[in-house]
Amino acid sequence: MLAIAPPGPGPYLALSAALFALGAAGLLVRRNALVMFMCVELMLNAVNLSFVTLARELDDLGGQIAVFFVLVVAAAEVVVGLGIIVAIFRRRQGATADDLSVLKG
Amino acid sequence: MVAWIVFVLAAVICLGGGAGVVLAKNPVHSALSLVATLFGVAVLFVSLDAEFLAAVQVIVYAGAIVVMFLFVIMLLGVDRTVDAEADPLPGQRVGGIVAGVALAAGLIGIVAYGTITGAPSANGAVQADVPNIEQLARVLFTDYLWAFEITSVLLVIAVVGAVSLARHRRDALVDTDLPGDDDVLEPEVTA
Repeated sequence: MLAIAPPGPGPYLALSAALFALGAAGLLVRRNALVMFMCVELMLNAVNLSFVTLARELDDLGGQIAVFFVLVVAAAEVVVGLGIIVAIFRRRQGATADDLSVLKG
Repeated sequence: MVAWIVFVLAAVICLGGGAGVVLAKNPVHSALSLVATLFGVAVLFVSLDAEFLAAVQVIVYAGAIVVMFLFVIMLLGVDRTVDAEADPLPGQRVGGIVAGVALAAGLIGIVAYGTITGAPSANGAVQADVPNIEQLARVLFTDYLWAFEITSVLLVIAVVGAVSLARHRRDALVDTDLPGDDDVLEPEVTA
């Protein structure tokens, strides 16, 4: 079997970039607030992946610590965001972004 | 060789799951695709020597966050409003796709042509012979202790906020319905 060097940081970072762009495009295209939230999670995961990649590349555990904190903040964000969606749903029929345009005042 | 196979498989799972999140009509399918992506990222974490984060990724993201998404989807009923049909903002879909492609091209261009800068840190260097969790804990509870404590405040704020948002107050907050009206069935009245 050929001895091929394991993937360096380049492929990981490219994958992370692709995931981030996918999440951003989904956030722009989709209207359902829940799916938009999931796209935000996708983007957060892409950034986490590049954090861990660079942590290994630069031999620095600070990157992994940053991912740890991103996880905590993402959990808090999801809790509050879903609470808001449930609160909106209680008052209105839908929770697509178009239904929420009344928020513009 | 094995590392490449693992990487390619995990990348395919990630991108396939991500495409599922964006493209699936049903929010439940989006949530399940998100699980696939999160598992793929966890596999990549393992291949990048971040075992603790891989475990936390599966436990917190796939185990808690996605379950919460599914819980809310089920609680609200699977959304009847298909968001593919009505397009009150013409060109937004095309614009979003163009922006996404441009973002992908730009970021991948940066990765391809850029160089990684930055100096290896003095106090967080990865030691091969110490377990990942132990190293992480040592850094977390010394250099990042203040951030860690602030995180607990953030979590308390999130819990309080979620409870106060989700609490049902009968007197306030209801849009326009008459007493006794079920507000789910009420036709939408928009100003």
